[in-house]
Amino acid sequence: MALAVALVVVIITLLSGYFFWAHTWWFPIDISKHGGAIDRQFTLTLIITGIIFVLAQLALAYAVWRYRDRGDGRKARYSHGNNKLEATWTIAATVLFIGLTLMGYHIWAGIHFVGAAPGAMRVEVWGQQFAWYFRYPGPDGQFGPVHIGDKYDPATGKYIDDNKVDDATGNYLGLDRDHDAASKDDIVTATLAVPVNQQVELILRSKDVTHSFFVRELRLKQDLVPGMEIPIHFTATKTGRFEIACAELCGLGHYKMRAFFEVMTEPDYQKWLQNMAAAQ
Amino acid sequence: MAEMQAEIVHRHEAPKAFIWKYIFSLDHKVIGIQYYLLALFSVFVGLTLSILMRIHLVWPQASIPLLDKVSPLGAPGGVISPEYYLSLLTLHGTIMVFFVLTTAPQGGFGNYFLPLQIGAEDMAFPRLNMLSFWTTFAGLAVLMATFFIHDGPPIGGWTSYPPLSAVGGAAGPGMAVGETLWVVSIAIFCVASMLGAINFIATTLDLRARGLSLMKLPLTCWAWFLTAILGLLSFAVLLAAGVLLLLDRTGGTSFFIPGGLLVSDKPILHSGGSPLLWQHLFWFFGHPEVYIAILPGMGVTSHVLSTFARKPIFGYRAMVYAMSAIGVLGFCVWGHHMFVSGMSPYSAFAFSVLTMAIAIPSAIKTFNWIGTLLGAKIRFSTPMLFSIGFVSLFVTGGLSGIFLGQPPLDIYFHDTYFVLAHFHMIMGVASIFGIFTATYFWFPKMFGRMMNETLGKIHFWITFVGVYAIFMPMHYLGLEGNPRRYAEFIDNFLLPLMSVHRFISIAAFITGAAQLIFLFNLIWSLFKGKKATENPWEATTLEWTVPSPPPFDNFAGKHPVIYHGAYEFSVPGAEKDYIMQNSPEEVAADH
Repeated sequence: MALAVALVVVIITLLSGYFFWAHTWWFPIDISKHGGAIDRQFTLTLIITGIIFVLAQLALAYAVWRYRDRGDGRKARYSHGNNKLEATWTIAATVLFIGLTLMGYHIWAGIHFVGAAPGAMRVEVWGQQFAWYFRYPGPDGQFGPVHIGDKYDPATGKYIDDNKVDDATGNYLGLDRDHDAASKDDIVTATLAVPVNQQVELILRSKDVTHSFFVRELRLKQDLVPGMEIPIHFTATKTGRFEIACAELCGLGHYKMRAFFEVMTEPDYQKWLQNMAAAQ
Repeated sequence: MAEMQAEIVHRHEAPKAFIWKYIFSLDHKVIGIQYYLLALFSVFVGLTLSILMRIHLVWPQASIPLLDKVSPLGAPGGVISPEYYLSLLTLHGTIMVFFVLTTAPQGGFGNYFLPLQIGAEDMAFPRLNMLSFWTTFAGLAVLMATFFIHDGPPIGGWTSYPPLSAVGGAAGPGMAVGETLWVVSIAIFCVASMLGAINFIATTLDLRARGLSLMKLPLTCWAWFLTAILGLLSFAVLLAAGVLLLLDRTGGTSFFIPGGLLVSDKPILHSGGSPLLWQHLFWFFGHPEVYIAILPGMGVTSHVLSTFARKPIFGYRAMVYAMSAIGVLGFCVWGHHMFVSGMSPYSAFAFSVLTMAIAIPSAIKTFNWIGTLLGAKIRFSTPMLFSIGFVSLFVTGGLSGIFLGQPPLDIYFHDTYFVLAHFHMIMGVASIFGIFTATYFWFPKMFGRMMNETLGKIHFWITFVGVYAIFMPMHYLGLEGNPRRYAEFIDNFLLPLMSVHRFISIAAFITGAAQLIFLFNLIWSLFKGKKATENPWEATTLEWTVPSPPPFDNFAGKHPVIYHGAYEFSVPGAEKDYIMQNSPEEVAADH
């Protein structure tokens, strides 16, 4: 029995570890400026936890096999522990685990503590059950106001009908192009396209419930929270077509809430944007 | 032996009528079994739901007999619809977290064995104890009712994030009446848990036998005690959150709903609320809840490892301090569930460091378990196998937390199958292994018969290999970025992963079926098991000094006196290789 337990633990450990080692399933390519650092931090964490994983499981297997009751009348060792050992592994664990998170700190800071550069291109990302819309500000650089749902009027304590959303006419974001000057040149699309090697700031907003913007290749995920405008920035370094998935449960069609993310060369991007503007 | 036979102060007779003896019993042992049976029923429901989910994920068109009878709308012709998948997912999580992982280890075994292990006649407040069980029962009944309402159970997940959970039927099927029932059920459960927690705390502090100082308590008692404190503090917050959510849903308030929402073309007449507020309140409960589920498992694993290793637990005090540290830190890390939620990124840093800090006591516990085995003389009975399994799973499930606790890595892994793998390994499976350990270990005491060892071992092998086969590949899916809570996989990048999903499903079917062996063993042993002696495992704690099963008033009116710590095994010079806690025998190196 002892041998069986030890063997099974060893086999499980080696098999589990093998697939990480062999990269049988792995991250997709990284197409972002910040993603390389995330991938390196992952590899470092994998090495450290991998060593602990293998050592701990093998130690367990060894102890189980080595110290089985052999029926030889030997007594177990009478010991209540060892404070020196206790202190050693406490300090080792502290240094290792806290150290690891501190080492990754600059990556997080680079993504979140520093805002987008002043010249960064801005795009609004809108989530709704179960679709994505993207809004480009047009030549004026301004996003016009949206008229979604009803507005609360504190003066009267009543809700006023402010809704201009109309899926039939393609006005998904409730823009009032006739009255709001800033809305006139706004471009609303169903695909997110950005030029390569340019910093992009996304402003994440939701019309109904919480969604989450996830592009694997960008190493980017951020929730879209109703009532909040959450900025996030990145620079894509490779052209191509990728998938945007929703990563926060948003209702019955959560699994099919997807869109495409295209990274284009600057000329291609300009052409695309012109086509989109013409189609508004 | 004179001082040990303390005088008989008062004896209590058991009630005779069936209803007072078995239904509205005040006896902590009966209540413990009631909790256990409630959890047993719940775990098989929860398991069935997960099997249905795994069927749907790999064979979305499969027709399941009888399912259309349960839900003609959610599963027309027995074929699970994507929204019904989410209903299954919501109830699977809710049932497992609340009615299994919170209920069996604490309400079940804690109730039964805390008084026995500390030499008490009963819990401090027997009537409160009965009330907390029946309140839990009411909570379960309300939750089960959601299966039978027109549009089925809610689809908002066990985390029930608003606005999805707050705006009513516009948000999807099950989000009208179903979601209201969900909130009510959880609120009832919170009340029950707090009532139970007060009882556990009072019992541990006030009813310990003479000589049983806190540092002589079995680690199981420490675990139940700390779990009760966590429960009291965290369920209070979830209750408050639940009441606020209920008010948003039915009272027109806007705690969690901001203005200007349009759900399914319907303007939502609320304004000023914050969806993130719910997440903070929920996870302020939700993270300690993880420890509520697993601390008793740690306790029983320590207890059983020491007993079957025939060796004192390695670093008893370190174990107590580690569990206490886990309890305290458990309240300071809720934000690691919210790194990508839109909360301040600066707080993410603090939550991350505190999360890593909690890995330290966890590491101490693992080292001490392995330390306990070094130089041991291990007996491989079924409870021991499951506690060895617990250690292995705890290591595996704990280490994936090192990835998720780092905000830059969580950006990628958040809400993917990597998270699913992590918390199923540690909170789900490891805790369940704790429950199995406790069942095989204490069944002889509870029912006076041994469980069948052969069946127990078969159950262990299939389950141990099975859970690794199910949950290890989920890490790989996480590496590929596979989002969780997807009813179907239509994205291009998910299609190549279907073979992994098929493998997981098949492993789940086999492992799920193996649980019937456990159920059979449980029932069979109840009637046909070998008669258990008073102390079949040669353990040291007080429950093994009374007959199996124990009499109504536990110690027949006597007050046991304690002389030793809980883990005096293989003491040099001692007559046997274990010394009972209430034995006045001198121990050379006692402390």
